[in-house]
Amino acid sequence: MGTITLKQVRKAFGDAVIIPGADLEIREGEFIVFVGPSGCGKSTLLRLIAGLEDVTSGSISIDGKDVTEAPPSERGLAMVFQSYALYPHMSVRDNIAFPLKMHKVPQGEIDAAVSKAAAKLNLTDYLERKPRQLSGGQRQRVAIGRAIVREPTAFLFDEPLSNLDAALRVNMRVEIMQMHEDMKATMIYVTHDQVEAMTMADRIVVLNRGHIEQVGSPLELYNKPNSLFVAGFIGSPKMNFVEGNTIGVRPEHIALSDKKGDWQGTVKLAEHLGSDTFLHIDGGARGQLTVRASGESNFGPGTKLWMTPEKDRIHRFNKEGRAIR
Amino acid sequence: MARKQSTNKKIIVTILAWAIGLAMFFPIFWTAVAAFKTESDAYTLPQNWLSTPWTLENFGIVQDRSNYGLYIRNTIIIALLSTLLGLAFAIPAAWSMAFAPVQKPSIAWSGKRWLATIFGTAFIVGLVLYAMNWDLTNHAVIGFVALVIVTLPVTLWVFSRNTTDALLWMLSTKMMPPAGALIPIYLIFNRNGLVFKDWGWVDLTEWNLIDSFWGMVPLMMLLNLPIIIWMLYTYFKEIPGEILEASRMDGASVWNELTKVLMPMAVPGIVSTCLLNLILAWNEAFWTLNLTNKYAAPLSFMISEYSSPEGQFWAKLSAASLMAIVPILIVGWFSQRQLVRGLTFGAVK
Amino acid sequence: MATSHSQSLGKWALAPSLAVLAGWAFVPLAIAIYFSFLRYNLQNDNTGWMGLSNFYYFFSDPYFLKDLINTILLVFFTLVISVVGGVFLALLLDQPFWGRGIVRILMISPFFIMPTVSSLVWKNLIMHPVFGLFAAIQKFFGAEQPLDWFASVPLLSVIIIVSWQWLPYATLILLTALQSLDEEQKDASEMDGAGAIAYFRYIVLPHLSRPITVVILIETIFLLNIFAEIKVTSAGGFAGNLTYLVFSQLNDANDIGEAAAGGLIAVVLANLVSYFLVRIVGKNLEA
Repeated sequence: MGTITLKQVRKAFGDAVIIPGADLEIREGEFIVFVGPSGCGKSTLLRLIAGLEDVTSGSISIDGKDVTEAPPSERGLAMVFQSYALYPHMSVRDNIAFPLKMHKVPQGEIDAAVSKAAAKLNLTDYLERKPRQLSGGQRQRVAIGRAIVREPTAFLFDEPLSNLDAALRVNMRVEIMQMHEDMKATMIYVTHDQVEAMTMADRIVVLNRGHIEQVGSPLELYNKPNSLFVAGFIGSPKMNFVEGNTIGVRPEHIALSDKKGDWQGTVKLAEHLGSDTFLHIDGGARGQLTVRASGESNFGPGTKLWMTPEKDRIHRFNKEGRAIR
Repeated sequence: MARKQSTNKKIIVTILAWAIGLAMFFPIFWTAVAAFKTESDAYTLPQNWLSTPWTLENFGIVQDRSNYGLYIRNTIIIALLSTLLGLAFAIPAAWSMAFAPVQKPSIAWSGKRWLATIFGTAFIVGLVLYAMNWDLTNHAVIGFVALVIVTLPVTLWVFSRNTTDALLWMLSTKMMPPAGALIPIYLIFNRNGLVFKDWGWVDLTEWNLIDSFWGMVPLMMLLNLPIIIWMLYTYFKEIPGEILEASRMDGASVWNELTKVLMPMAVPGIVSTCLLNLILAWNEAFWTLNLTNKYAAPLSFMISEYSSPEGQFWAKLSAASLMAIVPILIVGWFSQRQLVRGLTFGAVK
Repeated sequence: MATSHSQSLGKWALAPSLAVLAGWAFVPLAIAIYFSFLRYNLQNDNTGWMGLSNFYYFFSDPYFLKDLINTILLVFFTLVISVVGGVFLALLLDQPFWGRGIVRILMISPFFIMPTVSSLVWKNLIMHPVFGLFAAIQKFFGAEQPLDWFASVPLLSVIIIVSWQWLPYATLILLTALQSLDEEQKDASEMDGAGAIAYFRYIVLPHLSRPITVVILIETIFLLNIFAEIKVTSAGGFAGNLTYLVFSQLNDANDIGEAAAGGLIAVVLANLVSYFLVRIVGKNLEA
C-alpha cells in the first residue's frame, strides 16, 4: 500500500503556470524527496498530492484509485507542515488524537494509539502541555506524532526541518530516516536543501520551474546528471562549469599540482574545514573555480598552481544544457 | 541631574493627567452623586454635595415609575440577540474571506452585461406583470417593479465582487445615514406603510414590527454586521492557514474545522467583537427613539422620557442614568484596548 | 490558494451576509427614491406623483439651510476639538506617570455613555441656568446672571456634549497608534540630536497622520448622524441638523415624501465622505 501515480498533472493560477505537466510514479515504501530552488513548484506539487489544491488538468491516483477530485480527508495521507501547524489551543495529547477523533475512532483505541506514538517520539512526559510550552524540536515531534497515529498510506513532509537550528536538524533527519526504516511507509519529503535530499532519499525528484528535471537515486543524480541544472544543484560545493558551460567538473574531482597540469590558476582564498580545504582559484579565462584539497593543504592565497580534472569524471553538456554521454 | 529632571517631569505629567482625567470623568461622577441625594438636595448639589444626606430611595422610585426592569431586560435582549445573530452571519463570512478569498470573480461585469441584466430584468418583470394582469397605474405596483429592477442587478453585482471589494462594500453600508433609511424602514415596519398587505399566500395585514423585538433585533444586527465581519476578518487573518489545512488533512469536516479549530483559536477576537457589538447596541439611540415606545423599548428610550420639562427630577434622572450606564461602562473599561480595531475597521491595531 | 471545493463553500458561507446587507443597503434606498417622488402624507390619503417637488420643498424649507449649516458646524468643531485634544491627550497618556491605568479609564469613560444619558446629564446637571454646575461656578466668580446655555448658545452646547463623547474616542485610537511607535526611533532621533519638538514634528506626527485621517473620517460618519443629543435636549428648533430635520418631517409634519427626499440628500452627503474613507481603508487592506 502506498503507491502514488501522477499523470500529466498541471497546475496554473489563471495565466501563471506553476506546473506545466508532471508525470511521476512513487513506489510503495519509498522515501522520495522533491528538491529544487524556492519557487520551483515542489511545495505546490506536494499540496496537489495532498488535495489542498486542485489540479488544473491531469490525474492523481493512490493505490490505483483515482483521487483527483477527492478532498484531502479522503486520500488517507498525513502531512507535516513547515510551521508544524499544531493546534495551539489543544494539549499535545489532543493534538495527536485529533485525526483519530475526526475519523470517529473509539476512545479506547485513541488512547492506546496516542500513548504508543508518544512513547515512540519521547513525548510521554509532555502530553498535557500546550504546544507553546514546547521547544522547536518537541513541536516537530508532535507534528510527526499527529501524522503517524493514523497509520496513513503515505506521509507528506513540507520542509519540516527548516525552522530548526542546525544541530537539531541533523538529529531530526536521522530520526525521520529511522522512522522510515521502522514503518516502511511511503514518504514524500519536500526540501530546498540538497544535502537533506542526498542523505535521506531513496529517490530524488529535482524540480526546476515546475518541470521535473530528473528522477533518480542520489548517486545517479550525482554521477549522471541529465542537465546543467541538476549538475549544478546536486553536490556541494557546486560543480565548476567551464568552456561556456559545456564542461562541468566537481571540486572533488580535480587534482592539484604546483608543477604541471591542464589548467593554470591563482589561489584567491582557502577555506579550511579541517577534514577538507576548499580553494577558490582564479582560473584566468576559465573564471572562478572551486577545488577540494586535503585538510592539510597549505596552498595559501596568491599561490600559483596547476589543476587536472579526472578524465572520466568530466560532464559534458550541449548548448541547451542537456548532458552528452 | 537627569534623573531629578525626569522625576519633576513625572510629577507635572501626573498632576496634569489626573486633572484632565477627573474633569472628563466629572459629569459621570456628578450623576453618581446626584443619584444618591433626595430630590430637593439635588438642586443644591454644587454647594452642598458633601453636607446633604445620602439616600437610596431614587432607585426604588425609578423602578416603580419607569419600570427599569422592563427596559434593561429589553436592552439586554436586543443587544445580546443581535450580537449572537450577527456572529451567526459573520463567522462563516469572515472565515470565507480570510481563508478562501475570491481573487477573480467568476462573473466579470462589463457595461454590456450591466445593460443586458437591467433591461432583461425589466423585461421579465414586465412580462410577469402583464401575464398577471396587474394594474400598472397603481403606484404601489410601480414601486414594486422599481424595487425588483433595482435590487436584482445590484445583488448580482455584489455577488460578483472579489473579496477585497466585497469587504469594502460591506463597510460602505455602515456609512448609510440612518436619516436616509428612516422613512423606508418606518414604512416596512409599519403595516400602514406596507405596499402589499395581502400576497395571497401570506397575509400581512396584521404585520407590525414597530416596537417589537422581531424588528429591533434584526435591525440592530444589520447596523453592526459590517463591523462584526470586519473585526472577525482581521482576527481570522492572523491565524495561519496551515493550521486549517492541517485539520483538513486530519479529516475534519468544514463544521469541525470551524468549531473545533478556528473558533477556539479565535476566542479572544470573538469575545472582543462581541463586547464592541454589545456596547454599540446598548447605546444605540436613533432607531430605538424612532421605532420603539413601550414593549421593546430599551434603556436609551427610557432615559429620553426624562427629557420632558415637567419631569425634571434630577435625582431620579441621575439614578436612572446611572443604572443605564454602569453595566456597559464596566464592559467598556475591560475591553477598551481590544475595541480600537473594531472602532477603526481594522485600520489601527 | 485553495481548492475549488473550498472556494465554492466559501461563497456559500459569504452569501447570507452579502444578501442581508444588500437587502439592507438597497431595498430602503429604492423605497426612499420611490417615495421621494410621491405626494404622501400620513394625514391624508391623497397620494400622487410630485416629480421633483419634494426635493424643491425640502430645499426651500426655511430650516434646511440653517440645519445644513448646523450640521457642518457641528461636525467641523467637534472634529477640531476631538482631534487636537486627542493628539494632546494621547501624548500625555503616553508619558510615564503614577496612576496611568486609572486616568486612562477615567478619560475613556464618556465614550461608553449612551447619548440620551450624556445629553440629559449635561443639560440638567451641568448646564442648567439656575442650579447647574456651570451656573454655580459663574456665580462663585461673581456673575449676576449665569449663562443659559441651551437658550443662548444651543449649538455650542450640543457641540460641547458631542465633543465630550468623541474626544475619548480620538484619544483611545491615537494613543493605541502612538504605542505602536517604535521606541528605538525615539532613541535614534535623540542620537541624531533631535529635541522634543523636532521629534514630535518629524517622527510622531507623520506616524499619527494615518490614524488621524481614520479618526476624522469615522467621526464624520457618526457626527453627520447625531440625533439623540439634539432631540433629547429639545435643541432641534435652534441647533437641529439634517438628520433631525428628516425626523421632524416624519414626526411633526407626517410628510413621508419630503422626509424621504431629505433622507436621500443625507445619503448623498454621507457618500461623499464615505468614498474617501473606503479608499483609505482599502489601501490599508492591501498593505
